[in-house]
Amino acid sequence: MKKTVFLGALTVAGLAAGVAAAGTLDDVKARGKLNCGVTTGLVGFAAPDANGEWAGFDVSICRAVAAAVLGDPSAVEFVPTTGKTRFTALASGEIDMLARNTTWTFSRDVDLKFTFVGVNYYDGQGFMVPKDLGVSSAKELDGATVCIQTGTTTELNLADFFRSNNISYEPVPIETNAEAQQQYLAGACDVYTTDASGLAATRATFEAPADHVLLPEIISKEPLGPLVRHGDNEWGDVVRWTLNAMVTAEELGVTSANIAEMSAGTDNPEINRLLGTEGTLGEMLGLSADWGKNAIMAGGNYGEVFAKNIGEETPIGLARGLNAQWTNGGLLYSPPFR
Amino acid sequence: MSDQTNNSVAFVRTEEVPSMPPPYTASGPVKWARDNLFSTPANSVLTIVALYVIYMILSGTMPWVLNGIWDSPSLSACREILDGKSGACFAVLTERWNQLLFGFKYPVDLYWRPTIAFVLFFFAAAPVLFFDLPRKLLIFTGLYPFIAFWLIWGGEIGTPITALIGVAVGYLVYSRLVASNFALGFFSGIAAAFVVWLVVGAVLPTGMIEEGSMRSVPSRDLGGFMLNMMLGVTCVSLSVPIGIALALGRQSDMPLIKYICVVFIEFIRGVPLITLLFVASVMLAYFFPPEATVDLFLRVVIMITLFSAAYIAEVVRGGLAALPKGQYEAADSLGLDYAQSMRLIILPQALKISIPGIVNVAVGLFKDTTLVSVISMFDLVGMIRGPILASTDWNGVYWELFGFAALLFFVVCYGISQYSQWLERRLATDHR
Repeated sequence: MKKTVFLGALTVAGLAAGVAAAGTLDDVKARGKLNCGVTTGLVGFAAPDANGEWAGFDVSICRAVAAAVLGDPSAVEFVPTTGKTRFTALASGEIDMLARNTTWTFSRDVDLKFTFVGVNYYDGQGFMVPKDLGVSSAKELDGATVCIQTGTTTELNLADFFRSNNISYEPVPIETNAEAQQQYLAGACDVYTTDASGLAATRATFEAPADHVLLPEIISKEPLGPLVRHGDNEWGDVVRWTLNAMVTAEELGVTSANIAEMSAGTDNPEINRLLGTEGTLGEMLGLSADWGKNAIMAGGNYGEVFAKNIGEETPIGLARGLNAQWTNGGLLYSPPFR
Repeated sequence: MSDQTNNSVAFVRTEEVPSMPPPYTASGPVKWARDNLFSTPANSVLTIVALYVIYMILSGTMPWVLNGIWDSPSLSACREILDGKSGACFAVLTERWNQLLFGFKYPVDLYWRPTIAFVLFFFAAAPVLFFDLPRKLLIFTGLYPFIAFWLIWGGEIGTPITALIGVAVGYLVYSRLVASNFALGFFSGIAAAFVVWLVVGAVLPTGMIEEGSMRSVPSRDLGGFMLNMMLGVTCVSLSVPIGIALALGRQSDMPLIKYICVVFIEFIRGVPLITLLFVASVMLAYFFPPEATVDLFLRVVIMITLFSAAYIAEVVRGGLAALPKGQYEAADSLGLDYAQSMRLIILPQALKISIPGIVNVAVGLFKDTTLVSVISMFDLVGMIRGPILASTDWNGVYWELFGFAALLFFVVCYGISQYSQWLERRLATDHR
């Protein structure tokens, strides 16, 4: 009897939690602000500038979602999270979505009960070496000393890579990225390895960045993307299709420069559906008809956001690589807007 | 005979010889150097080695400091100006000065509010720290928390006034009733304060203000060294009385009180502060609905206060234990009750013994406030590690920023330590 009551209470609590969690879109609309979790600071991806305005690649996703839902890209409350607090902040409902260069893995998706709505940056572990080492491929690194952050997946990936290529290396364990920079520059190790975007950002801070090269090998898959809680598919759809709208816009050639002109109506029905002049896509999402237009106007299409924050014109200088459109040999492939 | 003697002497000095200056090797700087620096061959070697080390350090750092660039928009621009020479990029300090002091979200046009609160803090703290000042000044000290709250967080003035009236009425009730019974006075004082808060809070406006010079600033927007100062001052001033109460509780004859205090102190001392901070920021979020969370600043203040109160309790207990039993018996023989004997005889002596320990805890606590950066609060260290080092302009500047943080903390901590030494000299009434 007692057990039944207990189970019943649990069920009710579970149902209540499910109901409470199901209305994120309505919550955001009622609040008039999107609570978006970002990192406390990562070069190019998210950082406040001298005026306290957040900017960066991940920040642009938050702004696009806010523009799609609320029509205002500045209606975002940025909640800085650390690697340790990010998942609890999302699970507890403190934030509506997390855009914090988080790798999409099986256990995070399934066990931690989050929904990754897509990938906004395909990262992978790479190598950086001084130019005068004269190495052009990671397979020539036999016997090299490698600076590696301990206790990370990069350590395991590194061991796998060297073993499968049957070459030897000597690890130099370090704790943080800052320490790694100092050790590498001081010559304590020949090679520094971590995520390729991190390597590029690190290299950008060197006094002579041109003296160091990133090797072409990428030895692991690190798909980074925004995520939401499990169990609220309407909200997940909003974030997923906002990201897809940015990618599709680049594919279709819609930019922040020509969007005003295009939203008057074009000959391409897919552009018309994306910008809301044709069809009822916005209504299906529970948003206004011009949601896609607002999302793209917030910071431009995917390519513009990339170029502005981490692209080759910036000090970070990342090439598009895997993050190019599928038509250009990359992996960006948005489902159609139909 | 005497004549003979007189005649046999050719010359008799009639006045004293003016004293010669001592040989130059036995006076002045040379003597000082010989006595203190080169007294033995071994000491001479040590002196030369020490001088060499000092020279090495200065020759390494001074060009870097003196060559420093104070005006530049980014690290790369700064390096261009330096053009390969060794030099510091202090420009990061000037460009991000406000962010280092106030965090990156505090409204720029409202910086004067925390600045005034900071200046007033010295007036509020002075009568507590220097007891030769007129006691009337303590009235301002009592008002200060409410003024500072209003200045820093803003909002309707009704909020701090309501709080102040509540505290004042509670204190009046307490002081009326405490003569007959301490517990009665204590609890009816608290009850009266709550009643006043409810009644007055309903009458006075206590909401947020969206516009104007006194508009509300949420706790999430606080940051920089301001946050360290606020946490340090609040937590030290709250944890000293709580710590004393815990120390007395631990010595109590009532088993329930005693064991509650013992368990509390031992539990808190057995847990790292960073764990408590994670509980405050992460775990508590699970227990509250998302809208109704207790303010993060308040959660952190509670955790740090509990933490340092446990340490201060142990320090005060050491002071209590150091008092001879005769002092307790003397207080009893005078017919004083418990509160009187503690207030008049035991605590003044015990606290005097505990000063170095309490100051030690206070200095440590002040530095521990930087730990809040791991729960994504942007205190001074959080600002440096997060937004400033992560900006494309300033990524890669380490020495200048962390050196500046160290300097700020050193100034405050050295000040606290100098004050405590003055206090010890001032209170030194025995053991001459």
